[in-house]
Amino acid sequence: MKYLDEFADPVLAGRLIEQIKARATRQWTLMEVCGGQTHSIIRNGIDILLRGAVEFIHGPGCPVCVTPLEMIDRSLEIAARPEVIFCSFGDMLRVPGSGRDLFQVKAAGGDVRVVYSPLDAVRIAAENPGREVVFFGVGFETTAPANAMAVVAARQRGLRNFSMLVSHVRVPPAITAVMESPRCRVEGFLAAGHVCTVMGTDEYGPLVERFGVPIVVTGFEPLDLLEGVRQTVELLEAGTPALRNAYPRAVSAAGNPAAQHVLADVFEVCDRKWRGIGDIPASGWRLADAWADLDASRRFAVDDLVVEESPDCRAGDVLQGHLKPSQCPAFGTLCTPRTPLGATMVSSEGACAAYYAFRRLEVPASA
Amino acid sequence: MCLGIPGKIVRLWDDQGTRMADVDFGGAVKDVCLAYLPEAGLGHYTIVHAGFGLTLLDEESAVETLAMFRELGMLEDELGIPSASGAVPA
Ligand code: SF4
Repeated sequence: MKYLDEFADPVLAGRLIEQIKARATRQWTLMEVCGGQTHSIIRNGIDILLRGAVEFIHGPGCPVCVTPLEMIDRSLEIAARPEVIFCSFGDMLRVPGSGRDLFQVKAAGGDVRVVYSPLDAVRIAAENPGREVVFFGVGFETTAPANAMAVVAARQRGLRNFSMLVSHVRVPPAITAVMESPRCRVEGFLAAGHVCTVMGTDEYGPLVERFGVPIVVTGFEPLDLLEGVRQTVELLEAGTPALRNAYPRAVSAAGNPAAQHVLADVFEVCDRKWRGIGDIPASGWRLADAWADLDASRRFAVDDLVVEESPDCRAGDVLQGHLKPSQCPAFGTLCTPRTPLGATMVSSEGACAAYYAFRRLEVPASA
Repeated sequence: MCLGIPGKIVRLWDDQGTRMADVDFGGAVKDVCLAYLPEAGLGHYTIVHAGFGLTLLDEESAVETLAMFRELGMLEDELGIPSASGAVPA
């Protein structure tokens, strides 16, 4: 088998695949929540190797993909101002807003800078006291602690020219939204390992109970994913939905208390619109009142932008698992990584980009 | 952008009261904030995301994970090594 040879440990991978197939009495539908996992699954052909035992539905776990269009347009407005140095993680630059993207703002003379850490943006603010430095704070629970600390550092250093455009999202409410959709076909979840390094696994227990689905915390390597799938299929076959941690070398039940502490201080939970999906209650974080002076959307009065999505893009269906990327009529024709219609084609973790990069054009019979 | 990359702590330093480290990701060395990992020390491996150490892990898993991320081409995004002018998968 072509794919099997490509695993770091093909013997172990083969054994796990055999075990999963031997245990599965039918094809189970699993959602991998995280876009990094989607890429690993598609890249390594895990979906093909497990066909018949497992169908993967790709989840909404890509922060670049789900950042609402309003927020992208706000970032573009702010970044285009002459007094602003706009700092962002690199993969936000090509996400299409209503008319353009951050790269185009940069090409037109905007001072848009890619940083690797939000602390870089704080440093830039300290070095440029005459400019307004704005950081685009996106991401799940993995990224939020870094951004929270940047806000704290800016205040500690007395910087008046630093602010953050905050659009953080949280995973457990997204799982709830997926399960509550009347079109939901998900029977088990592979939860994103790195999100859980911060929050721990405790938040997931109530979801298992409420929806009767197994949730297995899983890493990103092919063998980690296979082990996560093995445990999920095991639980499904036994009819005993439970929470399991298949990534114990990086994840504990309690997570990282120091990070949680700063998060709780700087952010408060809010309702958030997800691009392509719509409003999900309690699914976001915004700056808490005590930090409102560092909120870029207030500082630059861009709170009320109204926007429109491309009518050709089906990213919402892709993100909720109703559609495989290759089933979108625009996939690979109107929409490519060079001419993306939706963020899922732009992000290095987006499902459409994964299908495009690995030439996954065929549609599994069961989808 | 949501992945964490494991690396080895090769130097510890202090930036205005914040504990920082140089972390080696198999050749590329970056500054990492250790505010969330008070227990981390020299020679430890940590999963780093957005310039912050988030959790410790053992050397063997760190090395394996790093090799996979490199193979998947995911290091660029996470470490902020600029890619050739907006390069996209062809
Ligand atoms: S292929 Fe393009 S247009 Fe279709 S859902 Fe994905 S991003 Fe949207």
